[in-house]
This record gives sequence, C-alpha cells and structure tokens, in this order.
Amino acid sequence: MSNLVEGRTGEWEVVIGLEVHAQVSTSAKLFSGAPTAFGADPNANVSLVDAAMPGMLPVINQECVRQAIRTGLGLNAEINLFSVFDRKNYFYADLPQGYQISQYKQPIVGEGTLRLDMPDGTTRDIGIERLHLEQDAGKSMHDQHPSKSYIDLNRTGVALMEIVSKPDMRSAAEAAAYVKKLRSILRYLGTCDGNMEEGSLRADVNVSVRRPGDEFGTRTETKNLNSMRFIQQAIDYEVARQIEIIEDGGEIDQETRLFDTGTGTTRAMRSKEDAHDYRYFPDPDLLPLVIDQSEVDELSAGLPELPDAIRDRLTSEYGLSAYDAAVITEERETAAFYEAASAGRDRKLVANWMTVELFGALNKSGESLGACKVSPEALGGLVGLIEDGTISGKIAKDVFADMFETGKDAATIVEEKGLKQVSDSGAIEAMIDEVIAANGDKVEEYRGGKDKLFGFFVGQVMKASKGQANPGMVNQLLRAKLDG
Amino acid sequence: MSVDKATVARIARLARINVPEDRQEQLVGELNGILDWIAELDEVDTGAVEPLASVTGHGLPRRSDEVTDGNRVDEVLANVPETAGGFFVVPKVVE
Repeated sequence: MSNLVEGRTGEWEVVIGLEVHAQVSTSAKLFSGAPTAFGADPNANVSLVDAAMPGMLPVINQECVRQAIRTGLGLNAEINLFSVFDRKNYFYADLPQGYQISQYKQPIVGEGTLRLDMPDGTTRDIGIERLHLEQDAGKSMHDQHPSKSYIDLNRTGVALMEIVSKPDMRSAAEAAAYVKKLRSILRYLGTCDGNMEEGSLRADVNVSVRRPGDEFGTRTETKNLNSMRFIQQAIDYEVARQIEIIEDGGEIDQETRLFDTGTGTTRAMRSKEDAHDYRYFPDPDLLPLVIDQSEVDELSAGLPELPDAIRDRLTSEYGLSAYDAAVITEERETAAFYEAASAGRDRKLVANWMTVELFGALNKSGESLGACKVSPEALGGLVGLIEDGTISGKIAKDVFADMFETGKDAATIVEEKGLKQVSDSGAIEAMIDEVIAANGDKVEEYRGGKDKLFGFFVGQVMKASKGQANPGMVNQLLRAKLDG
Repeated sequence: MSVDKATVARIARLARINVPEDRQEQLVGELNGILDWIAELDEVDTGAVEPLASVTGHGLPRRSDEVTDGNRVDEVLANVPETAGGFFVVPKVVE
C-alpha cells in the first residue's frame, strides 16, 4: 500500500512524529496532595504547592513513578534507573510557578516500540523515543469576559506522561492507528483512562513532507489535538499546505501551529519569537529520581496480558481473523468478555456473534459492554445451542434480540417460546409432503427442469415449520422427495 | 562567555522584568563581571565528568498516592487582585 501523496510536480512522502500527553491515573497530583478528580469547582483541587506560594516544596507521588514504569514496560521500553527533573521556564497565566517541572535530558523511560495493527491485517512497528513525567498546566477560559481571562488551577500539577514517538509514521491513518493503539495499551495497563473528551489524552503532531528517499523536510508542530478526527484533519491540512508552499517555490518555517476545530485548518502562533527558549535546568527542589531494578521487576511481574499478546493468541490458537482479533482486543473488558464467552465453545463462532450481533446491538442502543444485559456466559450458552443443533443460526438471532432486551439466558428463551429446532426426520417429511401436495403445479415445473424452484420449496417448508426446521435436513429430505 | 545589551534586553523580557533602556548598559557590566568570575571554573578540565544534579547522593523521597490537600479556595485566592466565581481573573491572554 503506497502512502505517497500526489502533488502538482510529483509524489511526496509524509513524515509524522507524535508527542502524546497522557494524564497519569492517580488520586493525587504529581508533587502535591491535591486531588486529580475531573469536574470539581474552580480552584477547589489546588494546594498551596500547586498555586506556587513562596516556600512550598514539591514531594513526588510514588504512584506516578510506578505508573510511568508500568507504561514504559508496556511499550517494551528501557527503564532509566536514574532520571532528573528539570524546570522548563515560560510565562503564562495558568502556570503560577513560572516554570513547568518536567524531565529534559534524563527521562524516566527511554526507547521502546509500539506495534500498529493496520486495517488490512498487517502490522508495523513504530519507534518510541522516550517517555517522561511532567506537570500539567491550569486551564484558561477566554470567553467569559471581553477583556479578561479566567484561570482555574485544578489541573495544575496533575501528572502527565509525555510519550514521544520517532518520526516513523507515513500517513494520517497511521498516526490515528498509533494513538488508538497507545490508548488501548494505557487502558489495559490502567495508567491513563484515555478519555480524550476530558483531556486525559492529547497529541501534538509533527509533520513534514519530502520527496521519497530525500532527507527529512522542515517540520511544523500542531499542538493540543484531543480527538482522532482532529489529529487526522490537522495532518491532512498540514500536508496539503506544505506541499503547496514547496511546489510554489517557497520554504516551510519550523514553527508551532494551532488547530482550529471549527474550520479544520492550522495557523501559526503569533508569539513565536520566544517560543522555544525554555532555559531548562535541573530543579534544585528535587533530587534525582533513583529507582531500584527490583521495583521494576516487581512491576513487570504484575502487568496484565497486553493486547498484542492476546491478539497473537487469538489468531494462532483460536484461528480468528486478524480483524476480529484486533476488534476484540482493543479494550481489556472486551477481551475478557470474549475469553469468558468462548471458553469451551466454538471460538470463531463466538467471535463472530460478538463482533456482529453483540457489537451491532450495543452500537444501536448506545450502551457499553459493561452495562449490557447479556453476560459472557449467556452469549456462550447461545452459541452452544447453535453448536449442538438445538436452534438454527437464524432462530438464534431472534433469541439474541430477546436476550439483549430481557437479560434472560438462551436456553430459557428457547424453552419458553418453543423455538427448539425440529430435527425429527418424520416431522420434517410430513411438512414436506404437505408442501408438495399443496403445490402440484410447481412440482411439475420443477421436475420439468426449472431447478430454481428448489429454493421456493425450502422456503415453504421453513415457513411451515415457523423457521424451526433444521435447514440441512430440510434440504436433504426435500431433494430426495422431489428428485426421487 | 559574555552578554551584550541585546541579550540583557532579551533575558529581561523572558523573565518579565521591566529593565528600562538606560539601565541595560549598566546591567551588561554587572552580568559580565559575574560571568567572568564563574569563568574561572574553566581552568578545571571537566571533559570526562558527568553533569551533577545533586551533591547529597540521596534518592528522591516519595510520598504515597493519597489526597491530603485541596478545598482551600479562599486561601489560594487570598492574594489575588481580581477574582470571579472562584476563578483567578487576569488580563486577556489568548492566541
């Protein structure tokens, strides 16, 4: 599959790197005991440390350290046993310290890899450059007053993991697949809730274009994208903009850009002359972060099975398609549901029922899997009834709709409604005889060579049985009677 | 290493300190005096020495993940010139 973009003067290759800011799942902030909960009253989740009162000192929350290590392990990355916190200096109203505590030259996590699952079933490895811990800033609201901004520091000091990829992606679709996979891994690990609407996961995208095989072109960075759609839109817009500038004989400025969610376009930030002069230096309030290898080993032993491993198991051991395996493993809850539902059943059939019927019904009703009335065991039970011939696949769809509605199990519904499949050859033959007797003219036509009428007879027999006759037996017995 | 007037003006702007034009030349002299003094360290060859972030040799002490603070809006806003509905109110800063 070629990702090249056709310009007026030939083909262009797109180069994308992402910086994802993921809010660390903890109760308290990175360096203070204030809560991280979303949706509190303005400035209610603020300690005097977060407000940067003189004399306040930061003390690190150990769960933030452990969550960063878990995430590093989940990204197959090197854990740095010695790392350093630095001050990144800039002025903004929602940053009361005048600097963000971050990690610059010595981050807690080094190089790793993330495997992308492409829609065509292939995979692709994307390099992770680093992961570091840093403080989030506060929130500014500019629409409350004509000449004033309102500042809420609730988010100030909440722990973020900045996860930086290598410039390994070549299309907007790959960038979206990367964020989707990263989000999935973070949610399996429980280190970030991945809620993009609440801002728990945001991405900065670095985009450049080049002629295939050339050196990297000059890149731009578009900040703070909080949905998959915005990420793809910003990339598509930047690619088109950059190609047009270069093809018109111009040059790309290395700059930070802002995305306008209303128009789907990007524009340069105005105040760019001082933008990258952060004057980093080690934070004198914080000693270097030293981690013992035994702590890394302990966290490693406690990790859950991750989506790649489960996916490999589903395709190699259970024989699922790459697509079904990817859909089932995207969320930890879904994978667990599938494991429970398919235990002891036809694994492929359960996967099919889950991805088609169950997900279809959930999509339609807007419910989550967790709130769904169909338990994994109940779905497994339904598939069991199909497997042992108690009901046909067609009847099973009606039974499923009933299960989804009422939460009853499949066997109960089949019993109550008398939906049991008719596999008694005598009963089926009796129905066939009736159909043949009632359609003498059609039988003549069929025997005269009009083979297509066979389907008509099958339909009539199924109708006579209210859909409950075993379709395989109907076919076999009907053919014997008509042709015999 | 030394600074000139333009650098002094730039540092002042980055630090949001108002340094009038007629004070800048004087600061160039003062800052260069400090930089010359620190430059005496260049007499030591540190080519093979790792940068030092701390002299104590201790690791970073950690606290447990418990909520022990917050819900002190009045104190947080005590020194603020202008507030509204629990927010800090500042001159409009928007891109």
